[in-house]
Amino acid sequence: MRNMTYLPGVSTLTLDTSRCNGCRTCTLVCPHAVLKMANGHAVIGNRDDCMECGACALNCPQEALRVTPGVGCAAYVLQTWFKGKEAACCGESGCC
Amino acid sequence: MKNDHKAAMSGERLRLTPGIKDTRPHLPYRAVPGILPEVPREKTDACCGTPSGLMTPPSLTSGDAPYGHCLQGHVPSPVGPVPRLSTRLTARDYWGGLKVRLGLGRDRYAMPAGLYAVGRPGPRSPVLVTANYKLTVDALRTELSTHDAWILALDTNGINVWCAAGKGTFATDELVHRLKASRLDQVVTHRKLVLPQLGASGVAGHRVKQRTGFQVIWGPIRARDLPAFLKNPQKTPPSMRRMSFTLKERITLVPVEISAAFRPAAWSLGMAMLMALLLGMAGPAPFKTVLHTMLLGVTATVVGLLSGAVLTPILLPWIPGRAFALKGAFLGLAAAFISLLAVYPDMTVETSIALTMMTIATSSFLAMNFTGATPFTSPSGVEREMRWAIPAQALVVTIGLIGWLQAVWAG
Repeated sequence: MRNMTYLPGVSTLTLDTSRCNGCRTCTLVCPHAVLKMANGHAVIGNRDDCMECGACALNCPQEALRVTPGVGCAAYVLQTWFKGKEAACCGESGCC
Repeated sequence: MKNDHKAAMSGERLRLTPGIKDTRPHLPYRAVPGILPEVPREKTDACCGTPSGLMTPPSLTSGDAPYGHCLQGHVPSPVGPVPRLSTRLTARDYWGGLKVRLGLGRDRYAMPAGLYAVGRPGPRSPVLVTANYKLTVDALRTELSTHDAWILALDTNGINVWCAAGKGTFATDELVHRLKASRLDQVVTHRKLVLPQLGASGVAGHRVKQRTGFQVIWGPIRARDLPAFLKNPQKTPPSMRRMSFTLKERITLVPVEISAAFRPAAWSLGMAMLMALLLGMAGPAPFKTVLHTMLLGVTATVVGLLSGAVLTPILLPWIPGRAFALKGAFLGLAAAFISLLAVYPDMTVETSIALTMMTIATSSFLAMNFTGATPFTSPSGVEREMRWAIPAQALVVTIGLIGWLQAVWAG
């Protein structure tokens, strides 16, 4: 499956290039190669490929990247609607 | 359900491999804290009164545990012998793997967290960090048949690396805790840890460095790329760092999708059948016709289940639309059309439409649920599609159900 772009224009990913120190860590951890290097700092390539896993933001020592992380799972979202964020889980039994 | 761990805790103790001299002055082997793999934390809490670090280690050779047979003696280290993992899978591993892939006992397929060895590692051998899901450890150890390495399994409650990272169990705190508990700083002389790339949504590499002095090196996504990565960590081809979702990977997910859908589907179908039966018996139609129409409802639901939980995962890239609910609805429509022609041809238009709607709603809902198993759907996107899809599915299934129940009643 080559094209793994999901819904367009929904990702919460933002990058403040003025804070970026060019350490490249975000380009190593992104599982969809959304972040690339240009002129010594990171840039967002195809934002619609972002799945908001949060790896880049968590591993940015400069806090230049921000994203509201989470799991893209309908069963989980459904539970957050009905049970609230704390009680929600993905598995049927023995919550993960 | 936690039998494995209970058995592990009450079973025989690990013995020191002959030839390894215990040089520590007063601590008997079984009391070496931390170095031994710990049973997952929530399970050890049952033994209150014992300081967790000094607990009798779990038996790693217990016959009932899913992991005992993967161990091949011990490897000496400055902090005591470390259990050694076999790099070959046995029939038991394949059988266990098959079961969890079918969705059986998937939530209790855990290894004790802690330090393990593959090959004959020494103070300069690489340290690979992983989750304590048995299937994950299996994938890792089988790739390392020609390597000497330390494996640090974090306590993720038997969940794979990526899901655990998302849930906050494959996390900075747990890594720091596990490093200290296993006294890794005394086991190796270098200060580097190789982590799987997908653990990055749970572990902040720079924080680990600040807190422990260990530098996190982001390894490849897949265990099978590890040998190449370890040979040349500086040069990782982009393919090692990109998520894939191949046909094979999607097919692997189908059994779990079915087993996850089975219980709610059987439940709702049972309820609907009960309603239909009561209505049918109260109505004017002969019992045989009632049963026939009821069976059509079962067929429509099963067709929806096959379309949403089997065909959608397999055909995913080729189904039109981006939203999964839409993809499922499309496929449901196609599946309903085919079954109308093949399975139930002589029916009224109203009944056909009602059954089609039931199939579409079931397929759309299950396809939407598949988002959780894919490696590319974002939470914002899933919530976006669910906001219109859930009401739409509810409406369609309600109309379909009413139409079908009406047909059952009237015959």
